[in-house]
Amino acid sequence: MIRKRPIILTVNGSTYARDIEPRRLLTDFLREDLGLTGIHVGCEHGVCGACTVLLDGTSARACLCLAVQADGREVTTVEGMGEIGALSLLQEKFRKHHALQCGFCTPGMLATAHEILSDAAPLTDAEIREALSGNLCRCTGYEHIVRAVSEALSERLGSTAAGSAPNAG
Amino acid sequence: MQDDARPKFIGSRVQRLEDPRLLTGAGGFVDDIQLAHTLHVALVRSDHAHARILSVDVDAAGALPGVIGIYTADDFSASPLHATSRMKGYQSTGITALAEGKVRFVGEAIAAVVAESRYIAEDAAGLITVGYAPLPDLVDSRIAAASDVLLHEHHESNILVSRKFARGDVAEAFANAAIRVKDSFRFHRKTPLAIENRSYLADFNKGKQALTLYSSTQVPGVIRDALAEVLAMPGHSVRVVAPDVGGGFGGKASLYPEEILVSLLSRKLGQPVKWTSDRLEDLLTTSQAFDEAIDAELAVDKDGHLLGLKAEILGDVGAYSIYPWTAALEPMQVAGFLPGPYQLANYQAEVVAVTTNKTPAGPYRGVGRPAAAFVLERLIDMAAQRLDLDPVEMRRRNLVQPGQFPYRTGSGIVWDQSGFIECLELACKGVNYPALQAERSVARQAGRWFGVGVASYAELTGIGSRMSAAPGMPINTGTETATVEVDASGAVRATFGVASHGQGLETTLAQIVADELSVPVDSVQVIHGDSAAVTHSTGTYASRSAVLAGGAAHLSGQAVRDKVLEAAAFMLEADTDDLDIEDGIISERGTNKTLSLAEVGRAVYSEMGRFPLEMRAELDLRATKFYDPEFGTTTSATHIAAVEIDPETFIVTVKRFLVAEDCGRLINPMIVDGQVHGGIVQGIGAALYEEVVHDQNGQALSASLVDYVAPSAAETPKLEVLHLDTAALGTLGGYRGMGEGGTIGAPAAIANAITDALSHLNINISELPATPERIYRLVTQAIEGDT
Repeated sequence: MIRKRPIILTVNGSTYARDIEPRRLLTDFLREDLGLTGIHVGCEHGVCGACTVLLDGTSARACLCLAVQADGREVTTVEGMGEIGALSLLQEKFRKHHALQCGFCTPGMLATAHEILSDAAPLTDAEIREALSGNLCRCTGYEHIVRAVSEALSERLGSTAAGSAPNAG
Repeated sequence: MQDDARPKFIGSRVQRLEDPRLLTGAGGFVDDIQLAHTLHVALVRSDHAHARILSVDVDAAGALPGVIGIYTADDFSASPLHATSRMKGYQSTGITALAEGKVRFVGEAIAAVVAESRYIAEDAAGLITVGYAPLPDLVDSRIAAASDVLLHEHHESNILVSRKFARGDVAEAFANAAIRVKDSFRFHRKTPLAIENRSYLADFNKGKQALTLYSSTQVPGVIRDALAEVLAMPGHSVRVVAPDVGGGFGGKASLYPEEILVSLLSRKLGQPVKWTSDRLEDLLTTSQAFDEAIDAELAVDKDGHLLGLKAEILGDVGAYSIYPWTAALEPMQVAGFLPGPYQLANYQAEVVAVTTNKTPAGPYRGVGRPAAAFVLERLIDMAAQRLDLDPVEMRRRNLVQPGQFPYRTGSGIVWDQSGFIECLELACKGVNYPALQAERSVARQAGRWFGVGVASYAELTGIGSRMSAAPGMPINTGTETATVEVDASGAVRATFGVASHGQGLETTLAQIVADELSVPVDSVQVIHGDSAAVTHSTGTYASRSAVLAGGAAHLSGQAVRDKVLEAAAFMLEADTDDLDIEDGIISERGTNKTLSLAEVGRAVYSEMGRFPLEMRAELDLRATKFYDPEFGTTTSATHIAAVEIDPETFIVTVKRFLVAEDCGRLINPMIVDGQVHGGIVQGIGAALYEEVVHDQNGQALSASLVDYVAPSAAETPKLEVLHLDTAALGTLGGYRGMGEGGTIGAPAAIANAITDALSHLNINISELPATPERIYRLVTQAIEGDT
């Protein structure tokens, strides 16, 4: 039997303490042990991006990450980004622009897009495409995803600019 | 909807009803389902393409704590399932849960480990050793076709089906031709690559002796019927549920051995049994497609009119004839659609479908038509170049004209009224064709390799029962059902046999029902993808759901509206003709008398004696109707692509891509756009990047997403889509299917654009994908040939 190790981590604002096998993937830990099945597994070799989560605010492939590596860290999954009836800005824009079809890649796509918005730098469509290029979507052809992220980014930058104006003055 | 009422939701960009759950991680895909005491399966798969199985040593694996059992074909008595066909000379293959005696492709499952966790199951699978006696690997379809070595010993040859057909006078057409153009074309093998891998969870209830299979399938009805046969269980005791499904594209439209396996195991063990594919297994075992070699020749008169077409089509269908579609599906479809949307009466073709030691081929978005369009559209451009005609003018002269519908093509397919010419003109206008040509001239003067490509095509969609979605296949693909009901709370439920896996059917079908009943769209709950919810269905494939299920939704919605009005008329002491419904409120015209749908529902179901006895015999607010469009309808489009090739890296960049299409009346323009976008990008992938590669021993070299390259957002251009938006004549609601078209036109348009970009070197693109390596070789050959 493989010896289990204790970990303590924060997921979507809640703290969890668990004993787990060192080889357990973060994806399996989140999906099976915590029931956070919003994270999906598409390739298990770090290419498709469906498993992307935020690890201490930075996008990371949960399928290439052992759960023990998340010890002491903060994980955000799609379940922590918004909820039915209270969608986040990105989730709203994805819905408005029909940026998802089957929805399987969407949680990972949202995590990457979340990072784009957090960086709060103005991006051209080509730059948005480059930033999203680590997340494969087979349904949408990306057109509507780019529109959704672009509009969300514009609004975020607009509100930041508007919000910072009084301080600047 | 009533004739006098304008549709409120049909034609509107209604936001999808499935989105809130999918956007918040609250969707439910098969692998998300966690049943108590579930056992997990790992499979030992063949690393030989063709070999006899001599031994399977499971001792070390079986001793591992947590392993419940290890199974091979010997442990099951279920007889093989065959995909049957009425086609003459067709040879079927047996489909079993695990390989029996021999393996026929790399990745075929030999043994199944059942364990308490997937981790333990995989540990144990790694300890199993299989002894093989290798057989000759038949990887090349031409060699396999002529080989005495048979994949399936009971067959007469490795040709599973072949057919010749001819219409018109092809010999005379070629004799009279001013020019003839021909080439040997090669479209390489693709995999559908849904981002969700296949996943199956079987739950056998011992008490009820009933099985529920949760399956990432497009066709729960087909799987239900197949499992009832294999398991020898009555249909009512086999339920197949396709919950949220993460894309299909045809790859989830067939029966898979693992669906049989987990069902047999759950019945044997009396516990839920789950298997979820990893990506390597997906790339080795999910049905592949588009693997054709096509020799074709086109005869053209001096004015550019198409006179005749000859083709020999060799389809590599892999190791098994897939259930239920059969090995005939893809190659026959290539032959059927090769004459395209053109006036081309003289046509002859020979089709051969060969079994090889590769992954079985099956449906993939477009089925045969991407290869057909690629070949014909290339030939048309080759002829146009010879005659010094513009490719658009060449098509304008040959497309079936508005007055010529219905038009019987050289293959016998009949096109009904569709905007062939209109799409061509709309595409040219949308892209500003003269300006694009000018842009090309400027680019070329600067020494850039810039090209423009045009492709037109037509496809049959929403096919009714007068023809099969796959030739000779004994499954009813032409009928769909819908049940609409209002319950005692006034809530509306609409139940369908089709299964949504990204198409947004929970929204589009709700739009239709909401308009028929005049209720808010988000008050309609759509049930789909559950074999137990309907008496019979097949599922979603072949661009059929909007047309067939949509038609059934109109019919059952109308019937329930009539029932609601009848009950309301009694309650209001009014005439049904004087009643209106709006936003779920029934009112009598000219009075202030109103009833809500909830009041009607409560009265009908809950208030004893509210209605007289003679009304009560049929007094429910529910109707089931079937729709069969008989022939189906013709969807058409023109795609225009502009590409640029880097002369140093030979990488092709798609600079512009525009589609003008006729998919009839749009139920939800936003969803239609999304379907077209997704199809185009799969077509771009097929044209430029995606290729399943096997070595001479049948080993898959494209066994990761690093090696099988699907387009990301960075390689994908901005996509422009224009719609004719005119109702189709032949279908209820005026809809045409549009789930596949993007993938049909894009490879042809891009191949033409690349050829155009390389026209200074006189290079013809006859092989797809046009990877940098292939273009490099063509360019090198062209330059060396000149010197």
